[in-house]
Amino acid sequence: MTRLSGVPLKFTFDGRELTGFLGDTLASALLANGIHRVSTSIKHGRPRGIFGAGVEDSNALVQIEKPFPEPMLSATTVELYDGLEARGLRGRGRLATEPDPARYDAKHAHCDVLVIGAGPAGRAAAASAEGRVLLVDDQPGGEAPEGVRFLSRTTAFGIYDDGFVLALERRGEPAAPERISRQRVWRIRAKRIVIATGAHERPIVFPDNDRPGIMLASAARTYLNRYGVLAGQRVVVFTTNDSAYDAASDLAGAGAEIVRIVDAREGHGVIGTDGGSHITAAHVAKLGELQGERVPCDLLLVSGGWNPVVHLYSQARGTLRYDAGLGAYVPAGNLPGVTVVGAAAGEGLPETEVLWQVPAPESEVDTRFVDQQRDATVSDILRATGAGLRSLEHVKRYTTIGTAHDQGRTSGMLAAGITAEALGVELADRRPTTFRPPYTPVPFAALAGRNRGELHDPVRVTTIHPWHVEHGAEFENVGQWKRPWYYPRPGESMADAVRRECRAARNDVAVMDGSTLGKIDVQGPDAGWFLDMLYTNLMSTLKVGRIRYGVMCGVDGMVIDDGTVIRVGEERFLVTTTTGNAAKILEWMEEWLQTEWPYLRVFATSVTEHWATIPLVGPRSREVLGRLAPDLDVSNEALGFMTWQDAEVAGLPARVCRISFSGELAYEINVPSWHGLALWQSIVDQGATPYGTETMHVLRAEKGYPIIGQDTDGTVTPQDLGMSWAVSKKKADFLGKRSFARAENNRPDRKHLVGLLPADPSVLLPEGAQIIESETVPEPPVRMLGHVTSSYDSAALGRTFALALVRSGRARIGETLYVPVGDQVVPVTVTESVLFDKEGARRDG
Amino acid sequence: MTVEAVHEPFRTQLTVRLREGGTLLGVPLPGPCTFTSGNGVDLLWMGPDEYLVLAEPGRQAELEGALSRESALAVVDVSAQRNVVRLTGSRAADVLAHGCSIDLEASPPGTCVQTLLARTGIVLMVRDEGFTILVRQSFSDYFRAWLADASLEYVS
Repeated sequence: MTRLSGVPLKFTFDGRELTGFLGDTLASALLANGIHRVSTSIKHGRPRGIFGAGVEDSNALVQIEKPFPEPMLSATTVELYDGLEARGLRGRGRLATEPDPARYDAKHAHCDVLVIGAGPAGRAAAASAEGRVLLVDDQPGGEAPEGVRFLSRTTAFGIYDDGFVLALERRGEPAAPERISRQRVWRIRAKRIVIATGAHERPIVFPDNDRPGIMLASAARTYLNRYGVLAGQRVVVFTTNDSAYDAASDLAGAGAEIVRIVDAREGHGVIGTDGGSHITAAHVAKLGELQGERVPCDLLLVSGGWNPVVHLYSQARGTLRYDAGLGAYVPAGNLPGVTVVGAAAGEGLPETEVLWQVPAPESEVDTRFVDQQRDATVSDILRATGAGLRSLEHVKRYTTIGTAHDQGRTSGMLAAGITAEALGVELADRRPTTFRPPYTPVPFAALAGRNRGELHDPVRVTTIHPWHVEHGAEFENVGQWKRPWYYPRPGESMADAVRRECRAARNDVAVMDGSTLGKIDVQGPDAGWFLDMLYTNLMSTLKVGRIRYGVMCGVDGMVIDDGTVIRVGEERFLVTTTTGNAAKILEWMEEWLQTEWPYLRVFATSVTEHWATIPLVGPRSREVLGRLAPDLDVSNEALGFMTWQDAEVAGLPARVCRISFSGELAYEINVPSWHGLALWQSIVDQGATPYGTETMHVLRAEKGYPIIGQDTDGTVTPQDLGMSWAVSKKKADFLGKRSFARAENNRPDRKHLVGLLPADPSVLLPEGAQIIESETVPEPPVRMLGHVTSSYDSAALGRTFALALVRSGRARIGETLYVPVGDQVVPVTVTESVLFDKEGARRDG
Repeated sequence: MTVEAVHEPFRTQLTVRLREGGTLLGVPLPGPCTFTSGNGVDLLWMGPDEYLVLAEPGRQAELEGALSRESALAVVDVSAQRNVVRLTGSRAADVLAHGCSIDLEASPPGTCVQTLLARTGIVLMVRDEGFTILVRQSFSDYFRAWLADASLEYVS
C-alpha cells in the first residue's frame, strides 16, 4: 500500500532504520512500521506509546539526534524528513553542545481578523470575515479560502493585550539554511481574533491505562484518515459518548476487527489491561464490579468526551464555565475583540456521560495514571486533597499534574473532576487552573530569532572607529558604545601603553576620540533660566563665546551628571553630558519642560552624533592647532581657557573649545561627524599620540576630577565631591537646592571624595576595596569608612594613587587608614583629591 | 534584486521647533505621523512642535537663514546626526516587517513615524517608490548588518 504522497523518506528510530513517507509525522511513520512503544515513563520506567495524534499527546517524547539535537519533542508533532534520527526518551532529553546551524527569525504581521484554526469553523469564519484576514493552522498544507492570507504549520501560542498574538511557524528543513529560516515567530497584531482551535478528546482513568496500544479514539481515526495508518487489528473501544463509534466504524471499514465496544452509558467499563510493551487484553466489567472479562486486543481506543481548546481564550482573560453536558470547561462568552467559534466554544460536541475514572480494585502500586508524562496517579490527587488542598491550582502544584510538556491537555480536566469527586464539590463552583502562554513548547532559538551574535545588542561606534580598529586599539564598552581603551604598540602591555599615552599628554601632544560625549542644543528665550534651574551653578550669566563647567543634581540633591555649557548665542547653549548619560539627561530636560514648566520657551535637541569631538591635549597642542588652523589666533589672549571660537581646522568647518579634562593645555575640536575621520587623520599626521579612555581616566584622576557614575553612586552631593564652589548661593532655586538644607546633607561624617596614597608606591589598590581604621581587620562587624572609587598607576606622580569616598574624608587628610586587599592590609595616606599640578600652572601651556 | 538599499550621504537635516503657523519654507506643515514635500524639501513631523527639514546636501546655511525669518522658535543643524537610506524593491516592506512593528500595508505614502527597527530607533518615511529611513549615525553599522541579514531570504 502506498500512503500519503508515496515519496519515501528514510529515518532511524532507536537505532532501527525505517521508511516513512513525505507527509508523515514521526508518530504516524512509527505506527506504520508497527511501533507503538516510543518512550519510557519518567518515574516508574513503564513503557509508553503513542496516545494522541497532535499536541494533545502526553507520552511520545523523543530526542531528535540528527540533523540537529533537539530534546523533548512529541513524536506526534515532528514532521518526518529524510535522514531524521530520533530515539525515545525517559524524561529529560539532551541539549546540543554545538551551535545550531539553522536560522530562526521573526516577522510582524497585521490584519483586521485573525482566525486561529483552519477546521470547518475557522474556515467558515475566515471566508465570511471582512478586511484583511489571516488564517493560521498548526497542521501542514491545505488551501486558503479566497482572499485570505493563510499560514499553515503555524501554532498561535500566546495571546496578549490589544490583539497581539504570537505564533510559531515551522517552515521545515530549508534547502538554504543560511538564508531561509527553519522556524519563524510571527508577531501578529489583529483588530479582531477568532479562536477556532477545536477540541481535544479526553481519556478515562482506569488501572494500567498507560500501555502502548492504548490511544484516544480520535487519534486512531486521524492516523487512519490523514496518514493511511491502521493502528491495530483487534480493537476494543471504551467510550462515554457517540464520537468513538465514528472511529470504530472507520477502522472497521479499513479492515480492523472491532472486538468490543464498551460503552459507559450502558454501565460497562474497562477496569484494567494486560500487556508488556504492548497491550494484549482489556479487562471489561460492569461499572462498579472489580472482576472483569479479559478481552484480547492489540488496540484499545478511549473516549471520555471532548475538551474545548480554551487555552488561548483563557490567556486572553476569558472566564471559563463548566458545562456538565460535556464534562468540560467552555468559554463563558466572547471578549471584546475575541470570538470563539466551533468546538472551541463547545459547539457541535457530542453529549457525554461524565466519567473521570472507573471504580477499580485496590492495588499496591497505583497505575491509574492521570498525567502520564508526570507519572501522576489518582492516589497523588487523593494525597493532595487528604492534605487539605481544595483549590485546583494548589492540587496542580502539589501533584505536578498538568505541568509537563503537554501542559495537561489530556490530564487537566480529569484532575479537576477527580479532585471535585474527592472533595464532594461541584466543578461548577471550582475555578479552573489558569492557562498561560505558551500553548505549545517554543524553542528558545526561535524566541531569540536573529537577536544573536553581532545582532544581539547594537554596538555604537563613532565615525572615527575604523581608524581605531585599523591601528590596533583595544576597546572598552561604555553603554552600547565601543570606545578605544588604549592603543598598544607591538610588545606593549596595557600598563606600558597607558604610561606612554599619559606621558604624551603631559609632555608632548596627544589626541582622543571624544565623540561619544553627550551633546544637547538648548535654545529659546528662556534657555538661561532653564539651565539655571538644572545646574547647581549659574549659567544665565555666562557670556556668549564662553564656557562653564556645571553639575546637575536630582531633586534629592545628589549629583546625576556633570559637563560643560557653551554659550553659543544670547538664546542658545550647547550642553555636554557624560557618554553614558546623554539620553537620560535629554529625558530629564524634557520631563521638566513637558510636565513642570510647559510655559517655558526652551527647546532641547540631541546633537550627540552630529558632532565628532576630538580633544587635543598637551603642551604642544597649541602648536599643532596653530598649524592646522592658520587663520585662528590660538594665543592664550585670543583663545583663552573656557572660551570657544568657530574656525577652519584642517580645512574643515570646526568649533574649537578651550576645555581641559586633564589639567593640560587642551582644545576640544568639534566638526560635523562625517568630517571626524578626516580631522582625526590630520591631527595624527601632526604627530599627536592617540590615547584611549584609560589614559583619560588617569589624567583626570591625577587632577581629582570625578567621573559621575564611577566616583559617585547616586548618594553623593556636590559638597561631598568638594565642589561647593559649583553650588550657587545666589540663585533663588534650582533642582536639588532644597535637599541641601536637610540635616542629613550637612552631617560632618558624610563620605567625601579624597585621594589615597598607598604607603608602598607600587601597590595598586583594587577599585571597590573597602577602607578601615585599623592595621588589622577586627572581628566583624567591621566599621567601613568608605571605598576606593578609582585607582591608577601614575607616570606623572611616579607612583600609584587612588580616589575614594571616605567618611569625614576631608577632616582625615594626613591620616593613615587601611585597605584590606586579599590577605594583606595596605596602609594608605589620605590626601586632597587633587594630586597633580595643584596650582593649575599647566592649563594655559 | 528585489530589495535595494542606497545610502544618501550629506543630506541637509534641520530640526525646527514651531508652535504656530501652517507652513514652513512654503510647504504645508505635516500632521502627526506624516511628512509633506515641496520646494525641494521634505517636512517630517517629529512631535507636537517638532519638525525635521530634509533637503539636498549643502543647503544648511540657506535654509537656516530662511527658517529664522519664519515663525521657527528654534533651528538646529542635525545633518550629520542621522544617516539617510533609501530602501526600494518589491520585497522592501517584507524586509522591514522582520524588525518593524508598523503596519506598512496600512501606511500610505506620506507616512512618517519614529519607531524601532529591530534594536535601533529609526525615522521611517513611506514614499510612492519605497521607503526612506533615517538612522542614528552611531547605529549605522548595526543597521547595515541587520538589513543585510534580514534581506537574505529575498535576494538571490
